[in-house]
Amino acid sequence: MMSESAPKIHAQFHLTRQSKGLEPFELKVSTELPSQGVTAIFGHSGSGKTTFLRCVAGLERAQSGYLEVQGQIWQGPKQFLPTHQRPLGYVFQESSLFDHLTAMGNLKFAIKRAAAPTTTEAFERIVSLMGIESILMRYPNQLSGGERQRVAIARALLIQPRILLMDEPLASLDSARKQEILPYLAKLRSSLDIPILYVSHSVDEIAQLADHVVVLESGHMVAQGALSEVFARTDLKALSGFDTGAVWQGEVAERDAPWHLSKVACGQASLWVRDAGDPVGSAMRLRILARDVSLSRSVNDESSIVNRLPVSILEITPDQDEAMVLIRLQCAEQILLARLTKRSLDTMQLAVGQSLWAQIKSVAIVR
Amino acid sequence: MNLIKHMPWLVIAGLASQPAVADQVHAAVAANFTGAMKSVVAQFEADSGHDVLLSFGSSGKILAQIQNGAPYEVFLSADQAKPKKLEEAGVVVEGSRFTYAIGALALWSSQPDFVQNDYARLTSGEFNKLSLANPKLAPYGLAATEVLEALGLTEATQDKWVQGENIAQTYQFVATGNANLGFVALSQIMSQGHVTEGSSWIVPSELYSPIRQDAVLLKKGQDNLAARDLMLYLQSDKAQDIIHTYGYQTE
Amino acid sequence: MFTEADLDAIWLTLRLATTVTLLLLIIGTPIAWWLARTDSWLKGPIGAVVALPLVLPPTVLGFYMLIAMGPNGVIGQLTQQLGIGLLPFSFWGLVLASVVYSLPFVVQPIQNAMQALGDRPMEVAATLRAGPWQRFFCVVLPLSKPGFITAAILGFAHTVGEFGVVLMIGGNIPQETRVVSVQIYDYVEAMEYGQAHVLSALMVGFSFIVLLGVYGFQRQSAGMLGVKS
Repeated sequence: MMSESAPKIHAQFHLTRQSKGLEPFELKVSTELPSQGVTAIFGHSGSGKTTFLRCVAGLERAQSGYLEVQGQIWQGPKQFLPTHQRPLGYVFQESSLFDHLTAMGNLKFAIKRAAAPTTTEAFERIVSLMGIESILMRYPNQLSGGERQRVAIARALLIQPRILLMDEPLASLDSARKQEILPYLAKLRSSLDIPILYVSHSVDEIAQLADHVVVLESGHMVAQGALSEVFARTDLKALSGFDTGAVWQGEVAERDAPWHLSKVACGQASLWVRDAGDPVGSAMRLRILARDVSLSRSVNDESSIVNRLPVSILEITPDQDEAMVLIRLQCAEQILLARLTKRSLDTMQLAVGQSLWAQIKSVAIVR
Repeated sequence: MNLIKHMPWLVIAGLASQPAVADQVHAAVAANFTGAMKSVVAQFEADSGHDVLLSFGSSGKILAQIQNGAPYEVFLSADQAKPKKLEEAGVVVEGSRFTYAIGALALWSSQPDFVQNDYARLTSGEFNKLSLANPKLAPYGLAATEVLEALGLTEATQDKWVQGENIAQTYQFVATGNANLGFVALSQIMSQGHVTEGSSWIVPSELYSPIRQDAVLLKKGQDNLAARDLMLYLQSDKAQDIIHTYGYQTE
Repeated sequence: MFTEADLDAIWLTLRLATTVTLLLLIIGTPIAWWLARTDSWLKGPIGAVVALPLVLPPTVLGFYMLIAMGPNGVIGQLTQQLGIGLLPFSFWGLVLASVVYSLPFVVQPIQNAMQALGDRPMEVAATLRAGPWQRFFCVVLPLSKPGFITAAILGFAHTVGEFGVVLMIGGNIPQETRVVSVQIYDYVEAMEYGQAHVLSALMVGFSFIVLLGVYGFQRQSAGMLGVKS
């Protein structure tokens, strides 16, 4: 997915914060991020993910740090490029539109200060990408939360950034608004050629949007890698729980129109999913939650389950829930996670290295 | 705490001693006479055993207060007009009005040797501002304009006039040096019968109409022995000697 | 109804209040901005100095201004060295004293408006390539507009209503320092109550309309900027 030659983002921050009445906080991260696609910065609240993003933007200054973005040094031992000189776009968590300007006025604020003159086509493309054509003349207080956020994203794009930073852009919205705006973000991902750093604590959002994931825990980086790689791990506190599950990348191999099903091939393994109208050959991202995977010793043709795959046990780890265990499975070249009760583990006498059949109750298409 | 505990007794004691209250008199006094009045009253209290409450202010304000029911029993004005006005209004004990002091005017500077005991400085025009009291409001201001008129210097000096709303403010302008010359009341710069600060010219009294300051006994005080005693005391030699040391004349 | 002297006083008062308001907006804005943003230990002392005229009797302020602007005072020494001469009893002396006297009425509404903005609009503007000056002029100033309007109205009205300070340093010079409030005082002192009434009624009416305007505006701007759907 990533071309080897693309210059990367080198980020190294060390920041300590001591505020009255609060636990001292330390952010200590040193990492190299791809300069393509969406990189999610993931962690629970207090993990330092927003602070990390603010350091990248220059809104916060790490006591010591080094930041190089696409060959340009933004922060070094003796230099610190102020935020307004960094070619970035930033989308804040809550509505950050200027209340005294209309939506159009807010966009013009960016156009006036963009790196290069904005062509009419570029403007129209961004406005229609965010679907805000009809609300440009309104003031922020006349817009819904979702509309405000779409205008804010359009504004961040119109500055013609070389990198887009998004700090939990959906966190302040209710779930209906989230569903309204997620498709726009997905479109953004596929139509932009600049890297996006996307801060979130939502596994769902990341599964849908990210190509690459950085996991932070109390100011330290505990994992980083391609989405499917990181999501296949069972040792990350931040990722283990009810929503634990593997993400597979594949493409539509076959369509069974009468039954409204598509066959998605992920390497050697393939799964039947609900047909969503995508033609054969289109890329598809699937999420298989560990709780939707059960194991059996035989093929068990009698069951109603459509997807059965041969697997072998790689690892068994305790779950956060005392009654449960997480099992890492090898399925062709893919990793699958399953969540079982300890009793089943005992009854079935499962052990590392055994070959079994995995039955997958449902598969979510996350595109 | 103690006070609150004894409150009922204080109230009863207060009621019982009603006649003793007559020993107290409340007098309203024009601001320019403040120093002199305090000295006179100190002596009066020692001699008579009466108790005097003093309120100082501009005569105009005191007049308005009396017209609106202020509890004053004796009024010492800075002029004659206001006591006369009260007479007409019928709030004054008939025949009680008399001149308790005649003010004297001085041309004064806070700088030593600026005024050489004459009005040459005024004629020369070598001063930045000439401070005088508002002639419309203050008798000393009116007197000052009469002096300038008599000397034929009204036109020549008018551009440099700064007016105090009363004689105290007029003095303040000169004392702070913002105006280096001004017509003030002699009583303001005189202490123990001498001018102690700066330099001055005591204006001859024939250059302006006498600044007569009248006192009246108000009807509120007509049955108050202390009020009547105070009125009499102000006319005594003993009081007048004190008044003279403050730069006032008496009749 | 109004005498020539009254009209002079009214015109002078309007001229004074306008000059003072304009100067206060220019001087007060950076002070308000600094007070709204700083973490310095000086914030307390300087904020208190700015607020002093709120609690000091005007006569105290006027008295000190008279001394300070006098030949031996700090300001007086400076103005003399600059060749301006002494400021008391002049229009510009009144302007200076009024600027000091009305300062908190202008600084505080602006400071409050700026404080209410928080850091976010500035950060947003920085991510949109706006430098510090652009952030201030294109974001902070327009967003603080309600504070500025309140400040201008209060500064103007307060200067019109000022009396004690003017009395102390004015010297009652027609067309130079004899403002409406002094004119009223003179009428009262001279027992010309009729004329005093006319001017006093004008002041009462003016003050009422000003305050009505301020409250009306505050409600309107709260409706426009404060409420989010």
